[in-house]
Amino acid sequence: MPLNTEPAIARPDDFYEALIDAHRDLTAEQSAMVNARLILLLANHVGDMEVLREALARARAGV
Amino acid sequence: MDRDYQTLVLDYRRCDDQAAAVPARHPVVVVGAGPVGLATAIDLAQRGLRVLLLDDDDRLSVGSRGLCYSKRTLEIFDRLGCGQRIVDKGISWNVGKVFFQDALAYRFDLLPEAGHRRPAFINLQQYYLEGYLHDHAAALETLDIRWRNRLVGLERLEDGVELTVDTPDGAYRLRCDWLIACDGARSPTRALMGLESKGRVFRDRFLIADVRMTADFPTERWFWFDPPFHRNQSVLLHRQADDVWRIDFQLGWDADPEEEKKPEKVIPRIRALLGEEREFTLDWVSVYTFACRRMERFRHGRVIFAGDSAHGVSPFGARGANSGIQDADNLAWKLALVLEGKAPDRLLDSYASEREFAADENILNSTRSTDFITPKSPVSRTFRDAVLSLAGDCAFARRLVNSGRLSVPSVLADSPLNTPDGDAFAGPMVPGAPAADAPVRRGGAADWFLAHVGQQFTAVFFTGGEPLAAETASALAGLAAGPIPVRAVLVVPAGATAAAAPGLTVLEDAEGLLALRYDARPGTVHLLRPDQHVCARWRSFDAGRLRAAVATATCTA
Ligand SMILES: Cc1cc2nc3c(=O)[nH]c(=O)nc-3n(C[C@H](O)[C@H](O)[C@H](O)COP(=O)(O)OP(=O)(O)OC[C@H]3O[C@@H](n4cnc5c(N)ncnc54)[C@H](O)[C@@H]3O)c2cc1C
Repeated sequence: MPLNTEPAIARPDDFYEALIDAHRDLTAEQSAMVNARLILLLANHVGDMEVLREALARARAGV
Repeated sequence: MDRDYQTLVLDYRRCDDQAAAVPARHPVVVVGAGPVGLATAIDLAQRGLRVLLLDDDDRLSVGSRGLCYSKRTLEIFDRLGCGQRIVDKGISWNVGKVFFQDALAYRFDLLPEAGHRRPAFINLQQYYLEGYLHDHAAALETLDIRWRNRLVGLERLEDGVELTVDTPDGAYRLRCDWLIACDGARSPTRALMGLESKGRVFRDRFLIADVRMTADFPTERWFWFDPPFHRNQSVLLHRQADDVWRIDFQLGWDADPEEEKKPEKVIPRIRALLGEEREFTLDWVSVYTFACRRMERFRHGRVIFAGDSAHGVSPFGARGANSGIQDADNLAWKLALVLEGKAPDRLLDSYASEREFAADENILNSTRSTDFITPKSPVSRTFRDAVLSLAGDCAFARRLVNSGRLSVPSVLADSPLNTPDGDAFAGPMVPGAPAADAPVRRGGAADWFLAHVGQQFTAVFFTGGEPLAAETASALAGLAAGPIPVRAVLVVPAGATAAAAPGLTVLEDAEGLLALRYDARPGTVHLLRPDQHVCARWRSFDAGRLRAAVATATCTA
C-alpha cells in the first residue's frame, strides 16, 4: 500500500482550521510537543511501515 | 557460606613453563579470566581439553559492573554445571516501572512464560558471578589458571601463536595452537595485533553507586526519565544480592568524573532519590562512559576474540556479559571438534560469522536504547518526551518507550551450519534458534528438557507413545557411534510409557509444552547443536539425512 497523496479528507478547510486551532495559545515549545504527539498517534494509526517510510522520505525531501 | 569475592586474592604461583629452555606448547590459551574467559575455559576443559587460562590480575571483578543476567546465560551455566549457585544467590525480578518526571508512566511485567526452568533475568554482582565461575573452574583438572600472568607480546606462527607473558618473576614465552582473547574492552591482544574495535562512542557519563540498605523497596527495576530529583537526566535503580542496590545516574558529558565521585556529591543525590530518612552505606562509586563497537572480524587465523574484546555495547539492555557468554557457548564445541581433528578449522569461521551477526543485533538494540535515553538533539528529546507523555494512556506508546531492550539470544537463522527446512513447520524453533526449555519427566521424576540436550549433538525424536519399530530404535541408538556422536532423546506424550531402549534417553512431555513449543507431531525430529541451537528439523526420522545435517553443522560435508 503506497502513501496516498490524493485528496482523502472530505472537508480540507475544516481539517486545516482544526490543525491550527490545536496549537492556539501555545508556546513554540508546547506546539512542538503537540506536533510530536500528533505524529506518533497518527503513525500508529497508519501502522504500515512502508507507508510511514514513504511519508518520512516525502516530508524530508521537500526541506 | 560465600567467600568475600571482592577482596579474594588469587595466588600467583611460579610454574615450570617459566624455566623451560624452549617455550612450552599448549593446545589452547585463553587470555583473560573475566566471565567470558572463565566460561570458555570451563567449557573447553570439560570437553577434556587441556586449557591454560592467563590473567594479568590477582583479583576478581572489582566494583560494580555487570548485574543483570539473562535466562539464556543461566541455561548455558546450567549446561556447564554451575548455574544453580548463581541462580540461588541472584535476585529474580519481573516487574519494571518507568517514571516520567514526577509520575509513573507505566509498569511492565516480564511475565515469565510458565514451564521454563530459569527466570527471564536475575540480578547478581559481577564479582559473585566471577567468583562462582572461578570456584567451578579451579576444580577442573585439565584447566590451569595462572594469575598475574600478563600477556605482553604476541607473534603469529605458521601453526600457532607465540606469547610473551610477564609475571612477578619476570617474563617467559610459551606457544599455543589456538589463542582465545577474552581480555576485555581494551584487549591487549587486539592492540598487539594492530587491530581495532570500531563504532560509536557516546558523549555521556554515568555515575554508578552501589548502596547497601535494608530497604522495603520492592524487587523491581525502576527507571526514571527526567525525575524531579535529577532534572533532565535518567536514573536506574536495581536490586542486587545482599541488600545492595545499584543506582545509575546519567550525568551528561560535561560532568567532571572526579568531582562527581566525591561522597559529598553522591550522597545528596542518593538521598534525593531514596528520601531523607533512609539509612544506607555507600559500597562503591564510579563514573563510566561507553561505546557501541565491534571488531570487523572475530577470527584472525589462530587468534579468536570473544566477549568485550570483540564487541562492546552500552549497559542498557544488559547485553555485554550476556552476549559474551554466548560467544563462549558458540566457540567451545567448535574449537573442541577442531582440536580433536574431527572438523576442519573452517568451522571456526562460523563462530565468527554467527557471533558477528549477534554483535550487530546487540549493538543495534543498545544504540537505539541509548538514543532514547540520551536524546542527541532537541527534536529527538521532544519525541522522546512525547512518547513518555503518551505512555500512560496509550498502549502503543508504551511499546516505543526504550529504557533498554533486555538481552535475548540471537536466532542464527542465516547460519551456514543450518539445514534449511524441507518440511512445513510453524513456531519459533526455526533452524538457528536457541532451543526452548519445557518441563519433562524422566523415569517418573520431574526434570527439564534442556538438561538432556546439548553438550554434544542431540537428535530429539517425538513419538505418539507407540512402541518404536526395532529398526528405528537401533538407528537412533546407532547415532551415538561414528566420529561425531549424536545423542538420541525420545519424547513421549505425558502418561505414555515407552520401554527404555538401550542408548536412548526417554522424556515424557509432562505438560505437552515441548510438542507445542517445537510444533512437533509424532515422527518429528529436531537436531540440536552442542550449544543447544536447533540446526535442522524434519517430520520424519531418516538417519542418513540426520548424518548429513550433522556434517553441514560441522563443515565435514
Ligand atoms: C556499568 C556497567 C554495567 C554493566 N551491566 C551489565 C549487565 O547488567 N549485564 C551484562 O551482561 N553485562 C553488563 N556489563 C558488561 C560486562 O561487565 C562486560 O561485558 C563483561 O565483564 C565482559 O566480560 P569479558 O570477560 O569479555 O571481559 P572482562 O570482564 O573485562 O575481563 C577481561 C579480563 O582480562 C584480563 N586481562 C586484561 N588484559 C590482560 C593481559 N594483558 N593479560 C592477561 N589478562 C588480561 C583482565 O584482568 C580481566 O580479568 C556492564 C558493564 C558496565 C561497565
